[in-house]
Order: sequence, then structure tokens, then C-alpha cells
Amino acid sequence: MAARAQPISPWPGVAAAALVAMVILGTLATVAMRAESSGRFAPGDFAAIRFTLVQAVLSAVLSVGLAVPVARALARRRFRGRTALVALLGAPFILPVIVAVLGLVTVFGRGGWLSGALGAVGLPPLSIYGLHGVVLAHVFFNLPLATRLVLQGWQEVPDERFRLAAQLRVEGWAMWRLIEWPMLMRVVPGALAVVFALCLTSFAVVLTLGGGPRATTIELAIYQAFRFDFDLGRAALLSGVQLVLTVAAATAALIAGSGAGFGAGQGRAVRRWDARGRMVRALDGAWIVLAALFLCVPLMAIVLAGAPGFVSMPAQVWDAALVSIGVAVASTCLVLALAVPMAAAVAQGRFGVVEVSGLLGLAASPLVIGTGLFILVRPVVDPFALALPVTALVNALMALPFALRILGPGARDVVAAHGRLALGLRVTGWRFLLLVLVPRMRAQIGFAAGLTAALSMGDLGVIALFADPETATLPLQVYRLMGAYRMDHAAAAALLLLVLSLAAFWSLDRGGRWHAEA
Amino acid sequence: MLKLENCVIRVGTFELGADLTVAAGRRVAVIGPSGGGKTTLLEAVAGFIPPQSGRIIWNGRDLGPLGPGERPVAMLFQEGNLFPHLSAAQNVGLGLAPRLKSARDPQVEKALARVGLDGLGGRKPSEMSGGQRARVALARVLVQRCDVLLLDEPFAALGPALRAEMLDMVMELASETDATVLMVSHDPKDAERIAQEVIVVAEGRAAQPVETGALFADPPEVLRRYLG
Repeated sequence: MAARAQPISPWPGVAAAALVAMVILGTLATVAMRAESSGRFAPGDFAAIRFTLVQAVLSAVLSVGLAVPVARALARRRFRGRTALVALLGAPFILPVIVAVLGLVTVFGRGGWLSGALGAVGLPPLSIYGLHGVVLAHVFFNLPLATRLVLQGWQEVPDERFRLAAQLRVEGWAMWRLIEWPMLMRVVPGALAVVFALCLTSFAVVLTLGGGPRATTIELAIYQAFRFDFDLGRAALLSGVQLVLTVAAATAALIAGSGAGFGAGQGRAVRRWDARGRMVRALDGAWIVLAALFLCVPLMAIVLAGAPGFVSMPAQVWDAALVSIGVAVASTCLVLALAVPMAAAVAQGRFGVVEVSGLLGLAASPLVIGTGLFILVRPVVDPFALALPVTALVNALMALPFALRILGPGARDVVAAHGRLALGLRVTGWRFLLLVLVPRMRAQIGFAAGLTAALSMGDLGVIALFADPETATLPLQVYRLMGAYRMDHAAAAALLLLVLSLAAFWSLDRGGRWHAEA
Repeated sequence: MLKLENCVIRVGTFELGADLTVAAGRRVAVIGPSGGGKTTLLEAVAGFIPPQSGRIIWNGRDLGPLGPGERPVAMLFQEGNLFPHLSAAQNVGLGLAPRLKSARDPQVEKALARVGLDGLGGRKPSEMSGGQRARVALARVLVQRCDVLLLDEPFAALGPALRAEMLDMVMELASETDATVLMVSHDPKDAERIAQEVIVVAEGRAAQPVETGALFADPPEVLRRYLG
């Protein structure tokens, strides 16, 4: 079939996709070759593989297991602040990991609030380091995500079905059996797979709360092989193992979670006629309050702990903040330069390859890509001198799948709605891009840019691998202050990071929607 | 003279055959059941869908190698005839050249005045009524100065009186510029009132145009079934 005329060429997008695929697959190939030629496992590495799987399974099961009652309560209760709470469930996505970790330490750590309370009644303090700390932090991050995914499942049950159930007086167990259980069977595997995949590649949490022979993941082992032993062969070998695991998990998540999206839960409450008993209502209320407390208290802790030291922060924190802003700006520009043409290509419907290339970032771990880049550039330049550009690049590759998911449908709509008109008026190519596509997609572009900027600002991954002692982004600086037990400075710097990340997201997202016409 | 020579136009699995000639300056209605291929016929003439085989010729020139913007053809769609983020003047200006600054060309203000929108050039489409938006689109067609004007029911969303008014205005403008008009219509009354000839599109074929009066006096079988 002869193709319909299009206002914009797909080739820049295809080229961008090829570039992305080349960087990701190229670094992976480098890693694989290096691993084959000179990699040897160290004695602790099998324990690291086991620990990686154990913590990911535990985190996934706990996050989703707790998400089911919370989502159920949110789905069938309407109360003041419900919309705000559902929106808040999206916040951990842009929350810097190190900030949350510090918040959790402030609440659950040895010198934290909870230990203090326990001490007052003569009980020993808690320790947050090790497996349970890692799992706690992963649940903190993924309970909201899982809740949104499951909530979406509840909201996709047609209203008519609840109305029919009310007429037939289906309640309690029968309601569970007839409507809720089949829905959960559809939604829960996807949510489990997504959380499992995310926890598999989580690095910053394990870097801060794990460690030691009993709580080291593959990612952390890569980092240690790299930083402490400078054993590139072993780092590459571990990267290979990690790659196999992440590709398998990401594939499983994509298959099991197809159609689930990334948990864009709606604020709408379904009208329900069942579950009116006082006990059920109290139970639902308790779940909602507990979930809200679990999410809000650590963030409040950061604000309270960080505020006093905010003015007296050491100069290197401000320097690091500037570096982080620079990295975030670079990643954001790079993502937009890649994602907008890729979205334009996707919009023409014939370039599935572009979408696949955009998803590669989900399957590859930043540390693995970082290791590959390190091996690649080392013969040419000093890799440590490239710490910041490499960080910006890897952060951009990691944010690209999300940006594409936001921009793809928008670009499709714009081309469908305005393509013919633009063609007829010779508004094609870059003119279409500047006069039609970008102005019409301002809101989505702003959202994608905000997300990328916040993710890049808060990232503590590849920078830890590459940075020399003089270079630091703000998250790395927080980590170093924590390592030096200067907790008040660390908390203040974390507060600054939190403010910067939220401000970056808010200003870009708002800027995109400002004065945007319907 | 617009000539479609043994054209086969394919969209997905749908196929439309067209072998017909329209004399220059004629006003022609295109009627037939929905899904019959009326829009497809117009899109092929406008250059949005290249024909599978056959040629589309305007005054002896094969339009095949020309993109939609290079053809002497302007088309008004059922919806989306204006860019919602651009002002009326910018939308009209794009008819002159694909640049935003052509909004300042004096022709734009003249065209807007001609369709009764003096001084409203700064408005966005969202700040205008449906009738005003249709006028902006007409003003743009006016500055495009195309030989062939294709209307794919652009006024379908307007009320009957406003639609009649807009159609009269189109025909007035078309006769001023000697444009050839192909107009899709669901309403045989519109066709009888305005069109000199009618192309019946049904069952995968676009027929040779027939005098309007003669056609409705003795409609062929496919048209009779459509008219009910």
C-alpha cells in the first residue's frame, strides 16, 4: 500500500533511536566481551546474586501485598483529601532516593524517632541497615506505585458491575469472589513484575542501607569491584549477570503489565453500595491513615531535620547543587532532543523499532552502562574527567522510556489532527516541528522535561562510579556527608535536593501548561 | 480541466476506482453513502493519498509528483481547519507562505474583512464562534488562490441557516476567483441548490459527473437506494 503523505519525516527519530540503541547495546557488548575475556567471580558474588533476588522478591511481595488493602480502601471510600493523597502516591517517582533514605533513617534508624520512643520504654533501638532496611526503603518507594497500579484495576471495573452487584445484594465474600479476585488476578502479576524489576536495579538504596557480606546486591558488587578492587573484568562479569536478570525481569514486567501503564491512577471514586459495616469502614480508614503516615512522616522528618542546618551548609554543598542543576539541564535537553523526533516517528505508526529502542533503557542498569562506557572511553581519555557528561548521558537514557511514553500518544494525536492541514499549507519538516508539533505538545513536553530533570537531579548511580573526590552532584554529596556521620549537614543538603527536584519538576510541568490552549 | 485517469486509490483494504473529468470552473457536488469513498476521492486529488495506479491531471499537468502543498488545490476538512494555538491572522497568513510572519501581510487583513471578520485577526480559534472559525478558514482559502477547492463537509457542525450562508459565501468567492469546486454533501438539497454537476461515489466507484437537474430527475439505482 502506498503510504499516506506525512508532514514530518520519521528519519530523524529513527536516527535518534539508532543512536540510543547503539550506545546501550554498544556498552553492553563491551561489557560482555570484557567479562568473557578476563572475568572471575569472587567468593561473595554468589551471595550477592542470591541477596539481589531475595530482596527483590520480598520487596515486591510486601509492596504489592500491602498495596491491595490500601488500594481497596481508596477505591471504595470517598473523603476530603482523597484526590491529594492519590496524587501524592505519584510523588515517590520524582523523589530523590537518597532523600527518602535519609528520611527513613531519621525515623527508623538507630538514633531515630522510633528508637527514641522504644528507648523511653526500655526497649533496644532499631537498626535500619541490612536486608530489612533495604526492603523497608523499597516498600517506601514501591508501595505507592503498586497502590496506583492496583487502584487502576479497581477503577477499570465498570460501574454497571457494582450497580448490578448492589441489586443482587452481592457483598463481602461474594463480592470478593465475583469481582475483586478476578480483577486482582489480572492486575497483581503485572504490579509484582514491575516492582521486582525496579528493585533488581535499585542501587542507591543498597549503597546506603545495604553493604557488607550479607547485604550486597549485584549492582553494589559491580560498584565495589570497580571502585575498591578496580577489577574491570569482574565488574563486567557481574554486569553480564545483572543484564540477564534485568532483561528477563523487564520483559516479564512488560508482558505481565501490558496495558497497566506506569500507574496513572485516576482520582475518581467509584460509587459503591457494599462494605458499609462499621468494622470494614474503620479497617479501610486505618489502612489509608497508615499508608499516608508511612509516606509522609519520613518526608516531614527530612524537612524538620534539614531546616535548622539549611543556612549553615558547607560551601561544597552549594557547589554540588550547581553541578546537579547543570547535569539535570543537560539530561533534560538531551532527552527532549531524542524523544521529540522519536515521538514524531512513532506517531506515523510504522516504526515500532523506535519504540523498542526507547524501552531499552528499562532493561539496562545504569551501572552496567556506566561500566561499559568506562571501558570504552578509557583508552582515549581519562574516564574520571568525563564523570559529569557520562552521568548526564546515562540519566537521559534512563529517563527516555518514560519521556517517550508521555510524548508518543500526544504526537500521534497532533499528527492525526493537524497533519493534513499542515501538509496542504506546506508547513512540513522542521516548520511542522516548530509551528505545530512543539506548541501543540507543550503540556506533555513540559511534563516529560520535568520528570527527566527531577530524575536526573536526584540520581545517585553512575556518578558514584565515576566521580573523583573533587567532583560531586548533590545526591553524592549527601551520601558523602552521611558517610562522614555529619547527619545535620546531610539532612540540610537532602532538604535542598528535595526542594530542587520538586522545583525542577513543578516549574517545567507548570511552564508547559501555562497559557496552553485547549 | 481536472482529470482522473483510471485511478485506483487504496486505503487499507478499501479500494476506490475513479475515471472522470471535471471541466474548469464547475461547481460539483460529491454525494453517496457514507464509507463510500467521498473523502478518499478528495484526499487523492489533494495529494494526501497517492493513487495505487492511474494519474490525476490538472490542465494537462500530472499532479502525481507534487506534494499536497505544491498542488493548485486547497481542501477544507470536516474539522481541524485551523491551528488552535495560532491567531486568526496567523492561520490565514499560513495560506500565503508557511511562516508566521505572513500574518502581517496586508492581504490577510483584506481577506478577513472580505469574510466579515474585520479587526478580529488577533483572536484565537477558541475565542470565536463556530461560524467565525469557518470564516477564518474561508479567508485562508481566499489568500491561497488555488484553482481547485475541495470541501469535505466543513460546515457540517453548523446549523442549517449558517451552513447555507457559508456555502453561498464559498460559491461567491469561488466564482470571483474562477475556482473549480468539489463539494462533498450529505444533503441532496445542498447539491441541487449549489452544484451544477454531481459525482456519485458508491460501491467503490466514483462516477463521471452528471448535470444536477438531469441526475435528480432520473437517479441511477445506487443513488435511488441512498436517497431512499
